[in-house]
Amino acid sequence: MKILVAIKRVADPDNANKVKPTADKVDTTGLEWKPNPFDEYALETALRLTENGKNNKVRQGEVVVVTIGNKDTETQLRSALATGADRAIRVEAEDTDLDGRLVAAALKSVVDAEKPDLVLLGKQVVDGDSNSVGQMLAQLLDYPMATFAATIQEEADGRLLVGREVDGGVLSLRLTTPAIITVDLRVVAPTSVYSKHTDAGFKYSDGVRFAALPAIMKAKKKPLDVKALADLAPGKTNGSSYFRFEAPPARAAGVKVPDVATLVNKLATEAKAL
Amino acid sequence: MTKVLVIAEVEAGKVKKTTLSAITLARQAGSSFSILAIGGAGTGAAAAELTGYGAEAVLVTEDASLENYVAEQYAPTVIAAAQGFDLVVATASSFGKDLIPRVAAALDASYAGDVAGAAREGDKLVFKRPIFAGNAFGYVTLGTPVQTATARQSEFEPAEPSGGSSPVSAFAKVAPGAAASRVEFVSLDAVKSERPELTDASVIVSGGRALKEKFFEVLEPLADTLGAAIGASRAACDAGYAPGDFQVGQTGKIVAPKLYFAIGISGAIQHIAGMKSSKTIVAINKDPDAPIFQLADYGLVADLFTAVPELVSALKAHRG
Repeated sequence: MKILVAIKRVADPDNANKVKPTADKVDTTGLEWKPNPFDEYALETALRLTENGKNNKVRQGEVVVVTIGNKDTETQLRSALATGADRAIRVEAEDTDLDGRLVAAALKSVVDAEKPDLVLLGKQVVDGDSNSVGQMLAQLLDYPMATFAATIQEEADGRLLVGREVDGGVLSLRLTTPAIITVDLRVVAPTSVYSKHTDAGFKYSDGVRFAALPAIMKAKKKPLDVKALADLAPGKTNGSSYFRFEAPPARAAGVKVPDVATLVNKLATEAKAL
Repeated sequence: MTKVLVIAEVEAGKVKKTTLSAITLARQAGSSFSILAIGGAGTGAAAAELTGYGAEAVLVTEDASLENYVAEQYAPTVIAAAQGFDLVVATASSFGKDLIPRVAAALDASYAGDVAGAAREGDKLVFKRPIFAGNAFGYVTLGTPVQTATARQSEFEPAEPSGGSSPVSAFAKVAPGAAASRVEFVSLDAVKSERPELTDASVIVSGGRALKEKFFEVLEPLADTLGAAIGASRAACDAGYAPGDFQVGQTGKIVAPKLYFAIGISGAIQHIAGMKSSKTIVAINKDPDAPIFQLADYGLVADLFTAVPELVSALKAHRG
């Protein structure tokens, strides 16, 4: 199976409370760039789908990673290559000039050229929190999609049985490739993803894999192509204009209560919440 | 003039309450709005309850092939129904978040997802969106001729009926495209519960990883006493102590109940993003330095395995 994985870098999500909204931008100075966590899960999913879990050094297919960003974002691409991806594509653009509609249009051109069996994306990037590119891309390609995937099983005939986390439960879909899947948190649990090469009883270690040092050296030699946004999304511009930012209202600090009786008393008389 | 089309969420012949938040968004953003109710058997009957909200029209697409929600089956009809409208909205449930961006792409529309507000500023329609896990709000205008948005349910009060009787008409299902032939609905494993839905509950009792295998044993009596929904931190869900759809947080459910109990939850950024709009927050944790205490109106430093049963008794005593 050939899989295209879309990835994006974000300001360190574990320190998202340190971002500073100013009138005209959200200042992330001082925060390290990290891969969007959901995109890391998408890459891990792609690797699991192109291997036998017992022998994960051999790729049974090809994994191509793509990002849209400036030259610095090649750091995240190299890291994905070191983790196991075969090739990388960077579409030159500044992040502030993009919205979901434009990103989806550019990715469509990448898919048209690469013809992957499957496109994997994180369900959302945790800076813009928009959750839209996978769905838009599916429509532009007229591909079936499964968003918020928590489990994926490749069946013997190559179809994909996907468990989606939806409000109130799990909705299962069976997709015939080529298709789009966006992944949720639990897709990297030990028994969430099985390629047809991996035994049903196999258990992965929890979470995403990390690159070994020799792989980091080798990744520097793997192919990385650069493309121009204008070539991939001709005539399209960013349709979303952010013109003001602000910090959310601060919550007043609360009090500590010494015991359960005081808690119930305060909830009843002060907060009038009971 | 902004004409809005609201996509109602219909499940098993019932209009879900989520729909009413999208109607509130439509009232705030538009000069007029219509509603499309799309689903399987019983959708037409269910749509009757949507005629009292001031919509210009209620369109009904009822078809056996729409019994279970699959985006590729629904989208072509929604796209056709959207012709002539300036803005297409739904609530940011897993239904709206799945469907609306797909519809947006077909309409070459930009999309404002999970919005917390919508207002006119001059001749512009401005959406307010929480970004960076709720650590900032961004105000955005969409420059495409047609716009699309989903409403964060906790930020839009359910619409109240406004009287009148909107005309109801059938809207024929549009045959789906190639994508639909390559996706098959297999099952919906719904968690059956007598409790209120998380996104709709006025009281929520959420637990963290500290509860371990006693997650439900400890929390259920408290939830029963308060008539509360049960939620969980990501850590508790990841560890398998609670199902995934219990998760409250940036990437789970966004909630804003009147009263929120965070029990054995440290208060990771990602969790706080999902519950910090709650009116009153109570935290019970044995670690006095847990970040959740900086947010909680009332904090109790205690071992939850003794404090929660004590709280259940005290609440029962309080109620007499």
